[in-house]
Amino acid sequence: MPTKTSNLTVVRDEGPKSLIENRFEESVIVTSADWIMNWSRLSSLWPMLFGLACCAIEMMATGAARYDLDRFGAGAFRASPRQSDLMIVAGTVTHKMGVRIKRLYEQMAEPKYVIAMGSCASGGGPYFKYGYHVVKGVDLVVPVDVYVPGCPPRPEQLIEGLLCLQQKIREKTIARKAS
Amino acid sequence: MDPAHIAERLKTKFGDAVTEVRLDVPDPHAMIAPAHVAEIGLYLRDDPDLDFKSLMCLSGVDYGDRLGVAYHLHSLTHRHRFCYKADLSREPGAARLPSVVGVWPAADWHEREAYDLVGIVFEGHPDLRRILLPDDWEGHPLRKDYQFPREWHGIPI
Repeated sequence: MPTKTSNLTVVRDEGPKSLIENRFEESVIVTSADWIMNWSRLSSLWPMLFGLACCAIEMMATGAARYDLDRFGAGAFRASPRQSDLMIVAGTVTHKMGVRIKRLYEQMAEPKYVIAMGSCASGGGPYFKYGYHVVKGVDLVVPVDVYVPGCPPRPEQLIEGLLCLQQKIREKTIARKAS
Repeated sequence: MDPAHIAERLKTKFGDAVTEVRLDVPDPHAMIAPAHVAEIGLYLRDDPDLDFKSLMCLSGVDYGDRLGVAYHLHSLTHRHRFCYKADLSREPGAARLPSVVGVWPAADWHEREAYDLVGIVFEGHPDLRRILLPDDWEGHPLRKDYQFPREWHGIPI
């Protein structure tokens, strides 16, 4: 994964003054609007507090002390979709749950992201052929940003998925895209 | 009391309602005419020598050529077990038999599950509706002739 070192710039009073450079005290930093928006978004991804099946156990382990999802700013599991940025779909999505997941997704505030955790949420998993009750991938219901394979994925894999999502957010821009 | 003695008591008490007793199978049981499952259940529960106060499981089954319901009982005082079963026709609308919710309240959700997945109708059930699948689901998925729907509420299956 490409890593980008911080482009926070500490302005020092050296050399000639330009529009920005050398105009401010040492405590002032400059950055791009894109960078600061993306940085703040990816550093405080608050997942929604819900789990659907055995993957939720691994998700809980990821949030707990040993793996500590809080290291990446994503450990504050919120019990309300209104306060969440990230929906980790951890487990088997049944049709009955699928419509509820869609509603919860729609209740989340923008910008919002979805991680499909595990085989079931990614594509139906072992229920693909004979599971009359299982949605064959949560991407049939809500748009998915990152798929994490595994049955269930280990906490390291979920963390990797989260880091992938952070990288994805890091590359976003607030500028309107040319259509 | 072992299953042979329990079945014998049922036969003397109910006669032809007990159609067959199978003891040489892993799960010894008595076959009961569907119309009599509730009264036989009441007898098994209330007779002091039997005292089957616990309905461990009520299962709906599709055997392929017929449907069935199996009742697994346990007595906490006598520490014995018994099973009785009823066979039902696969003809549309024919899979009906009396509910045993009045005998064992534990049967409530079990009967709803058997209705939901196998399509067996329990007459006299206080609230017979689907328990697992959505209310507007069509068909009973654990029937052997179940046809998968193409989609549900716009979500492909």
